[in-house]
Amino acid sequence: MSAPLKNMLVNILTWALVLIFFFPVFWMFINGFKPESVASSINPKVLFTPVTDGYQLAMDRGMAGYLQNSLTASVTATIISVVIAIPAAYALSIRRVKAVEGALSFFISTRFMPLAAVVLPLFMILKTVGLLDNIYMLAIVYGAVNLPVTVWMMRSFFLEVPYEIIEAARVDGAGLYREIVRIVLPLVLPGIAAAALISFIFAWNEYFLSLLLTSSAARTTPPFLGSFVDGRGQFLAVLSAAATIAALPVIIAGWVAQKQLVRGLSMGAIK
Amino acid sequence: MTTTSTKSSHTNLDEVAARTATDVRRVQRKQVWTNRGLLLPAVIFLVLLTQIPFIVTIGYSTMKWNLLYPNDRGFSGLDNYRSALTSGELWPSVVATVLITALAVVLSLLFGLLFAVLLDRKLPGRAIARTLMITPFLVMPAAAALIWKFSMFDTNIGMINWLLRTLGLDTVSWSTNYPLATVVIVLTWQFTPFMMLILLAGLQGQSKEILEAASVDGAGPWRTFTWITLPHLRMYIEIGVLLGTVIILQVFDPIAILTKGTGGTKTLAYLLYERAFIGLDVGQAAAYGVVTVILTIIVATIALKTLFKVFMAGGSR
Repeated sequence: MSAPLKNMLVNILTWALVLIFFFPVFWMFINGFKPESVASSINPKVLFTPVTDGYQLAMDRGMAGYLQNSLTASVTATIISVVIAIPAAYALSIRRVKAVEGALSFFISTRFMPLAAVVLPLFMILKTVGLLDNIYMLAIVYGAVNLPVTVWMMRSFFLEVPYEIIEAARVDGAGLYREIVRIVLPLVLPGIAAAALISFIFAWNEYFLSLLLTSSAARTTPPFLGSFVDGRGQFLAVLSAAATIAALPVIIAGWVAQKQLVRGLSMGAIK
Repeated sequence: MTTTSTKSSHTNLDEVAARTATDVRRVQRKQVWTNRGLLLPAVIFLVLLTQIPFIVTIGYSTMKWNLLYPNDRGFSGLDNYRSALTSGELWPSVVATVLITALAVVLSLLFGLLFAVLLDRKLPGRAIARTLMITPFLVMPAAAALIWKFSMFDTNIGMINWLLRTLGLDTVSWSTNYPLATVVIVLTWQFTPFMMLILLAGLQGQSKEILEAASVDGAGPWRTFTWITLPHLRMYIEIGVLLGTVIILQVFDPIAILTKGTGGTKTLAYLLYERAFIGLDVGQAAAYGVVTVILTIIVATIALKTLFKVFMAGGSR
C-alpha cells in the first residue's frame, strides 16, 4: 500500500473513532431539541423539526434555581481556594520554606483523602449547627477539597518566576505584600486562571457532597438532574435538554482552556 | 605589636562575623515565621475541614450509633469492624471497588494511548478532533451517567441496542445483566480523554532528533514506538495511572445513577452512603469510611512517591 493511501486510511480511522467517542455528547445535544415522542422513538430519527420544548420544560421545573446554586457554590469555592492557595504556594516556591516536602505531601495526602471518610462528621456537625442545605457552607467544603490541587498547581507556576525579578524587588525595598501582589501575581496570572478553572470544573460537576449536604434550598444541578427521570412517561428530550444546559458551562470552559487543562489535571506535574 | 594588632583585628572580624550571624539568624527566624504565616491559612482550613472530620470518623467507627435508635448509643470498640468483616458486605465491596477501578484505569489508558498516538499525527482538522475528544471528560458525570443510561444502554430507545437490532443481533438489557460492564464503560468513556491529554503531552515532549535518528537507522514505526516512545512515555503513564486510580477509587456518581450498587458494583463509597444515609447506621458506615481510607492510602503512597519523583526531577523545568 502506498504511503499517502495508508496515511489517508489512518486519518479516516482516526476521525471515525473520534466521532464514535463523541457520539453520546452529540446525541444528548440533538435529543434535547426533539419533541418528546421523536426522542423516545425506537428507531432513532436524525431528521426532525427542532423544537425547544425540552429546554422550556426544564426551565419550568425550576432548573434556573439549581443552576444559580451551582454558580454560587462554584464561584465562591473557586475564590476561597485561590485566595488561600496564593500565599501557601508562594511560601512553597519562592520563599522555599524548609519543610517544602512535608508541606507538599500534607496537601496532597488531603487531596487523596476519600470524601467518604469525612462526609459523616461534616454532615453531623452541620446538622447540629443548622448549616446543612446552606450553599455557602457547601462552597466552603468545595473550597477545602480543591485547595490541595490549587496549591500544587500554582506552585508549579510560581517556580517559573525568575528569581532575579524577586531579588530586584527586594533590593528596591518592596515589602512582602508588595512583592506578592505587585510583582509575582501579575507574572503568574495564567497559572491562577488555570487553577481557578480546575476548581470551578470540580465544584460545578460535584455530585456526592451536594447530594448529602444539601436537600432543597442549596441543592446544586448534578443531583437535581435525576429528577427528570419519569417512571411512567417519556422524558428523554427534557432530560437531554437539562443535561446539555448543565454540562455546557464546563464544556465551553474546558474547550477554551485546553492548554491549561493538562497542567491542572496533573496538578502541575506536566507542562 | 604587629601580632597584637592582627589579633585584635581578628577579634573584631570575629565579632562582626558573630554579630552578622546573629542578625542572619534573626532574619532567618523572622522569615521562618513569615513562611509559616503564609502557609497557616491553608493548613488550618484543611485541618478543620478534612483532618479533624477524619479523626471524628475514626471515633464514630468505634461507636454503636444508629440514628433510628438515638438513645442506644455508646462505645463499642471494634464491633463495627468485626461486623463489617463478618456481615459479608465488606469483601464484595472491596472487590467491586478494586475491579471497577482497575478495569476503568487500564481500559482508559489503552484507549487514551491509542487516541494520543492518532491525534499526535498530522491530521486534517486535528484541533477540532482533539477538542471533541476531550469533551467526555468535561461533561458533568451525573449528566453523562444519565445520558448513557437512557439514550445508550436503554433496552428500547438506547442506541447500542438499536445498533444490535440493526445488525440482526439480540438486544441486551445492559444495566440488569451487565451492571459492572455499564459502570466500567461509562467510566472508561469519561477517563479516556484524561489519559489522552496526559499522554499527548508526553508525545509532544519527545525529542524529534531521536525519532529522526531512529528512522535513519532503519527502525520501523512499531520498533520506534516500543523502543523509544513507550519508554519515554513511562513517566506520563505512571502519572495518568496513579491520578486516575486515586480519583476512580472514590467513584460514586455512575454507580448511584446506573446500578444503585447492584450486581457487584457496590463500591466502598456507595456502601458507606447506603449504610449511613439509608441504613442510618453511623458507626458501621464510619467503619467502612476508615477501610476506604486504608485502601486509598495503600494506592496513594505509591502515587505520592512517583509524583514526587516527577516533581523533584522536573520541577524547575
